Amino acid sequence: MTLDYELPSERELDTVDINVNVGPQHPATHGVFRMVLTIDGEEVVDVDPVIGYMHRGAEKLSENCDYRQCIGYQDRSEYLAQFNAEHCFVMAVEKLAGLEVPERAEYIRIILAELNRIASHLMFVGAFGTDIGVFGTSFMYAFRDRETIQDFFEEITGERMMYAYFRPGGLAWDVPDDFEERCQQVLQAVNGGIKDLEDLLLDNEVVLARCRGISPIKPEEAINWGLTGPMLRATGLKHDLRRAEPYSIYDRFQFDIPTGIQGDIYDRLTVRIAEMRESVRIVEQALDQLPAGPIMAEGMKRILRVPPGEVYMRAENPRGEYGVYIVSKGADKPYRLKIRSSCFSNLSALRNMAVGYYVADAIIILGSLDIVLCEVDR
Amino acid sequence: MIADSLRFIFQNDNAWVDALVRMGIIAALIPLAVIVLTYLERKVIGRFQMRLGPMRVGPYGTLQGVADTVKLLTKEDLRPQTADRWTFELAPFVVVVPVFLAFVTLPFTADLFVRNLELGLFFILAVSGVSIVGFLMAGWGSDNKYALLGGVRAAAQLISYAIPFVLSVLAVAMVGQSLNLVELVDGQDKVPYIAWQPLAFFIFVIAGLAELYRQPFDIPVAESEVVGGPFVEYSGIRWSLFQMAEYLNLVLISVLGSLIFLGGWNWPGGNEVGPALQVFLIVVKASGFILFFMWMRVSMPRLRIDQLMAFCWQVLLPLAFLQIIINGLVLVYGWPDWTLGVLSGIAALAAVYITYRGAHRAGVPSPRLRRARGAV
Repeated sequence: MTLDYELPSERELDTVDINVNVGPQHPATHGVFRMVLTIDGEEVVDVDPVIGYMHRGAEKLSENCDYRQCIGYQDRSEYLAQFNAEHCFVMAVEKLAGLEVPERAEYIRIILAELNRIASHLMFVGAFGTDIGVFGTSFMYAFRDRETIQDFFEEITGERMMYAYFRPGGLAWDVPDDFEERCQQVLQAVNGGIKDLEDLLLDNEVVLARCRGISPIKPEEAINWGLTGPMLRATGLKHDLRRAEPYSIYDRFQFDIPTGIQGDIYDRLTVRIAEMRESVRIVEQALDQLPAGPIMAEGMKRILRVPPGEVYMRAENPRGEYGVYIVSKGADKPYRLKIRSSCFSNLSALRNMAVGYYVADAIIILGSLDIVLCEVDR
Repeated sequence: MIADSLRFIFQNDNAWVDALVRMGIIAALIPLAVIVLTYLERKVIGRFQMRLGPMRVGPYGTLQGVADTVKLLTKEDLRPQTADRWTFELAPFVVVVPVFLAFVTLPFTADLFVRNLELGLFFILAVSGVSIVGFLMAGWGSDNKYALLGGVRAAAQLISYAIPFVLSVLAVAMVGQSLNLVELVDGQDKVPYIAWQPLAFFIFVIAGLAELYRQPFDIPVAESEVVGGPFVEYSGIRWSLFQMAEYLNLVLISVLGSLIFLGGWNWPGGNEVGPALQVFLIVVKASGFILFFMWMRVSMPRLRIDQLMAFCWQVLLPLAFLQIIINGLVLVYGWPDWTLGVLSGIAALAAVYITYRGAHRAGVPSPRLRRARGAV
């Protein structure tokens, strides 16, 4: 017996791709980000990222603020790594104004910035676990230790999020007396927390099956797309601004640059976890060498007037290369301030990375970029 | 007077009154079990995540379930304007009624059941399969793309995993030579069937987890992808019906597993026990399953839909057939019982190894579309 008709193949059937709006209000978008997915069944045909929901005009607003007030906008744009953003900004101002920062202030800045890097990566690992479907466990683990770090920052600066503690020329005020002791406690807690997260996620069979080999990036592609930070290092390229062009006093510390193998999601996860361990090493060394002394440059006036000129300062932030470009006309306010956002560049590669994978993959690819929408939109 | 009426209710020969009383007991216990389980799940998950869980309502938060129920009952029953009205409104009932029906023949002790059907096992499996239609109805009727995606995912997943699930249960029925649940449990008075059928148990637990759409198989309701899937547009009482069906399914699969694999109300070794101890034993064994499912929920990420389907059709289904072939050989040639356990045990170890290696294999095949575009 033979069939006297042809079965319709999948291509002949009339199918339509559908648009699915992921965001701006969606649990997986980490802020107010909109991702219009065009999907064919479960496969992603096109991704259209829509940004701008968090735009507050931080760069324009900064033109009307004096240099001390600008620091607040750095906190608010990079709200998960505030100290790192402040550090980059004050270094730019100091470079332009020719200020000499005291040793003690430099060391305290490094300690706080590295602790903030740990806090930011903890946030990433926790949120990534939620994206990939752990029922909040990774989030709770990560937040336990992030909380100890934030408590520590609160003791120093009086704020939990918007620190505004670094100032051009030094620090706003000196750290409390029990700084070193408390810092050791925080490090101990963080070390345990990193191990818990590693045990929970890294060897889990489902995590391996979901993350390995998904959206691999070659180093040359990463450079073409302008990826920086852990996204770039996950491809295997050993590029870290703290080592490539050491700013502040990073040349005094021993630390490794963790890299991945093929730039897939698993590498992005492991690189960030390894970076936390390196940050702990840096903080330990800095604590050992922490000198006494002043915390503010000498001869600072009440109002800082920066000589005319322009400067670009870049720093290795948890999410990548954070740059601040300042044009000064000699006033107490910047004539123009431009922020080079690492998240914005990383996010621009989303389409190239996500098209052709499944919907569930697109979600964790977005998660693995570790974006902060306030920094993208500024 | 009271004693007389109690005797009339519990000890009478009228089949109708008897059935009504039994149904009354089960119907009263089931919502209670749901309330207890929601509380328990929140507490257990809280402990796993270094939290306390609910603590505010009542001592240690024990009245949280009551507060939630009142809240859900008094919430507005919303329906999207563009939704397909009857499909949307009927879907929760299509999901929850089959689960209730399955409880008709589920025995909790040697005497506590509504009706002991000769084809009880078959009845439970057949009836609980109807729920899938409800998920599709909810997904389609909501007129929401997340819901549609979730509904289609639910249909694909639940239908696929129903097959290894049924086959693993069938393997036990072959060994027990019966489809009557009470007879199956009586057959385990010396040794529970898990000793003879470890492979079927392995398949039962995994396929059961998938039938419950809990982590790592919560793909239809994935919070970070389809935001609750088919349930995204539901609120109030209709949403709580879905929730109720989920917890009832949890009870159903846990009790079924403890009945057919762990010896039900039998004390291991085969001593006769009274009704109170029987209830205790079945609760302990079912709680083992329930706690395992909760543990999985907090520690496992979610699989992807293609990995899920591949695991079902390429791993679980052949293994389920293997178990049935082993059983068939042993039964036909009349080999001693222990060969059943040894063969099935070896196969179960192989199954664990296959699963482990599959997950640790470096790299994954890329989807069709990406290969077609030459991107990889």
